[in-house]
Amino acid sequence: MATTEVERTLNHLSRTLNLTGHVGFDSLPDQLVNKSVAQGFCFNILCVGETGIGKSTMMDTLFNTNFDSTPSSHDLQDVKLKSHTYDLKEKNVMLKMTIVDSQGFGDQLNKEDSWKAIVEYIDTQFDAYLQEELKIKRSIHNYQDRRLHACLYFIAPTGHSLKAIDLVTMKKLDSKVNVIPVIAKADTITKTELHKFKTKIMQELVTNGIKIYQFPTDDETVAETNTAMNGVLPFAIVGSNDEVKIGNKMVKARQYPWGTVQVENENHCDFVKLREMIIRTNMEDLRETTHKRHYELYRRHKLEEMGFSDSDAKSLSETYEIKRQQHVSDLQKKEEEMRQTFVIRVKEKEGELKDAEKDLHVRFDGLKKQHADEKRKLEDSKKRLEEEINAFNQRKVAAQQASTLGKKKK
Amino acid sequence: MDNCEKEKRDEREKKHGGDTHKELEGYVGFANLPNQVYRKSVKRGFEFTLMVVGESGLGKSTLINSLFLTDLYSSEFPGPSHRIKKTVKVDTTQVMLKENGVQLKLTTTDTPGFGDAVDNSNCWQPIIDYIDNKYEDYLTAESRVNRTGIPDNRVHCCLYFIAPTGHGLKPLDVEFMKRLHDKVNIIPLIAKADTLTPEECRDFKKSILSEIAEHKIKIYEFPYCEDEEESKIQKKLRDRVPFAVVGSNRVIDSGGKKVRGRMYPWGVVEVENLEHNDFIALRNMLIRTHMQDLKDVTNNVHYENYRYGKLAPVQSDGKIKPGSLTKDPLTQMAEEKRDHDLKMKKMEAEMEQVFEMKVKEKKNKLKESEVDLQKRAEQMKKGLEQQQKELDDRWRQFEKEKQEWESANDRHKDILDSAKKEKKRLF
Repeated sequence: MATTEVERTLNHLSRTLNLTGHVGFDSLPDQLVNKSVAQGFCFNILCVGETGIGKSTMMDTLFNTNFDSTPSSHDLQDVKLKSHTYDLKEKNVMLKMTIVDSQGFGDQLNKEDSWKAIVEYIDTQFDAYLQEELKIKRSIHNYQDRRLHACLYFIAPTGHSLKAIDLVTMKKLDSKVNVIPVIAKADTITKTELHKFKTKIMQELVTNGIKIYQFPTDDETVAETNTAMNGVLPFAIVGSNDEVKIGNKMVKARQYPWGTVQVENENHCDFVKLREMIIRTNMEDLRETTHKRHYELYRRHKLEEMGFSDSDAKSLSETYEIKRQQHVSDLQKKEEEMRQTFVIRVKEKEGELKDAEKDLHVRFDGLKKQHADEKRKLEDSKKRLEEEINAFNQRKVAAQQASTLGKKKK
Repeated sequence: MDNCEKEKRDEREKKHGGDTHKELEGYVGFANLPNQVYRKSVKRGFEFTLMVVGESGLGKSTLINSLFLTDLYSSEFPGPSHRIKKTVKVDTTQVMLKENGVQLKLTTTDTPGFGDAVDNSNCWQPIIDYIDNKYEDYLTAESRVNRTGIPDNRVHCCLYFIAPTGHGLKPLDVEFMKRLHDKVNIIPLIAKADTLTPEECRDFKKSILSEIAEHKIKIYEFPYCEDEEESKIQKKLRDRVPFAVVGSNRVIDSGGKKVRGRMYPWGVVEVENLEHNDFIALRNMLIRTHMQDLKDVTNNVHYENYRYGKLAPVQSDGKIKPGSLTKDPLTQMAEEKRDHDLKMKKMEAEMEQVFEMKVKEKKNKLKESEVDLQKRAEQMKKGLEQQQKELDDRWRQFEKEKQEWESANDRHKDILDSAKKEKKRLF
């Protein structure tokens, strides 16, 4: 009796125990990190914005390197996405970066379908991952992840509000990727104008129900910073590849006749905040959100489309088996149907031909009968002739006899 | 202006050297990524499932308590040897441990009754079933349409306790390991190693390893580490496999310091002394350096094997269809359907052909017989017509003859009659 009770508690209760010494599993996070570092990280970022708004320059500035992008013209017929992958290394951390650029965005007269190419690209990457996940022989831990982890949406510095295309595009993207709106070329806006602009933008986003990426506030170590940063969104940024000597340092800046805009000066623009938030503090969270939220949403829709559901309470292999059996029986049924229709046709044709044959025989039977009749008539005729010839001969003979008798009498 | 720009560009090109490998000019910040990963993992917490298998009385519970420096098994929660039933079953205990902010949910699975019956054939079956069930659960959870957090209850490591006979593996040991080595990470341990002298221990280990090699059993291999220093230290520990361990629930005063050990009249066996036994090696390798790897191997190798076995479409001849593994089952079914459609079209075309041919044949035959019959009818008709003509000729001839004769007869009769009349007149 006592044992059963203990068993029950053994199996259902999860106790918290105290350690009487150093076991050593506090190295688990390090083990995990070492493995990740050995494997290398990957990060895929998408830049969406009108041509000439400074996307490529921003990428160069953000990653402190030159990505060799060629500036595009304004006359592209539709929106195309071009991606480049780079291997970066800082200290001993390897990062495989893929930068996807939207070329031709906002250049067409009719911008209704501008967002389509982008959504298609995102869906394609999700689909590729899903395909790999569903394969029977898969290597998902080795898979090169091309899903987009962040989307920098470049807002033109009009100072007034978001454009219609901005609202439409961001609305389409907010459930597919982490959208981080930024105000580009912020060196054309004064501080007061900027404050008004930011408020207006956030208002419009809320009004339109656009869910942009919020920095996570559940981890105590970064909660404070993240909350503060969430209040400064969207970041107003300035990018530059050129260096200017300020004091005795070379800094990234844009030199104007009236002064120099320093990229890394927090008074001048929010570039440093952006870099801190995206790369230094929340890169891992961006990746996790993409995998746990956006990808799962996509996967759910795709599977539901394909006819899977959880309500059947069957395991995956069972569901596959059922689907496969159904599929096989469908194919077999089709084959059977085809054969059946064929058999029917053959029977019909056989019937036709048999009828034709019968007709033929009937016809010829008729002819035969006709012929038999005629033959009989002929036979009758012949017989009659014979009879008449006989009768005639008899008369001849009789007449002959009579004449000879008569002669004798004289 | 142009030249200036070009110069700048060329300079940059030289610095960065095209291609996809980019050098960073300054601080970017993604070197902090490992820290981000660290933070998130600590927040998430860790889980690990350890399976303990061996005959009763080999010191399994004591060893677990020693490994985790806590009373996992106690009088309140007795170990497997105290819970033996008639049949082998699998029990699990879950405990939460915390060390320096790192939380570990440890699930210990043990098998009371294993190897204790008189007839132990198939006593591993409940264990295999348990492990497969956990894989099945994971597979189902992973395959759901709505998945929110997949709990990982798969067995990450199996500590197999070998009795310290000093002679070699028992048949049960071999059978068990052969059947489970491709389902779970097996770490064989020599239990109660304080009954073996160092030489006996060395020989025992050698014979165990050679038997393992002979039966092609794949025990868990601790992978090499990248760092050279670490690697050297680890090699020393790795060479002690299979670990000969001693466990103890008691802390003893030995030479002034408090150690975990077993007190004998002839001395104290210290659990955490590498010269006395391999406990430290086991603990370090299992917990401090390779716990994560055990989980990874379970996930990437054993689980994938299970999944593959479950989902691979085996044809009627028992073999797998070639090319079916690189595609997910649904694409495969779509392809199969396409292939089938093509096959059906071809079949249909063939049947059409045969059909047409047979119809033509039959029609031709019909025509031939029609022509034949027609000819015969013609012939018969001609025959009859000929006969008719002959008959008509005969008739005509006969009529002519008759008429001639009749007219001749009539004349004759007339003459006779007129002669008769004359005669009568005369008289």
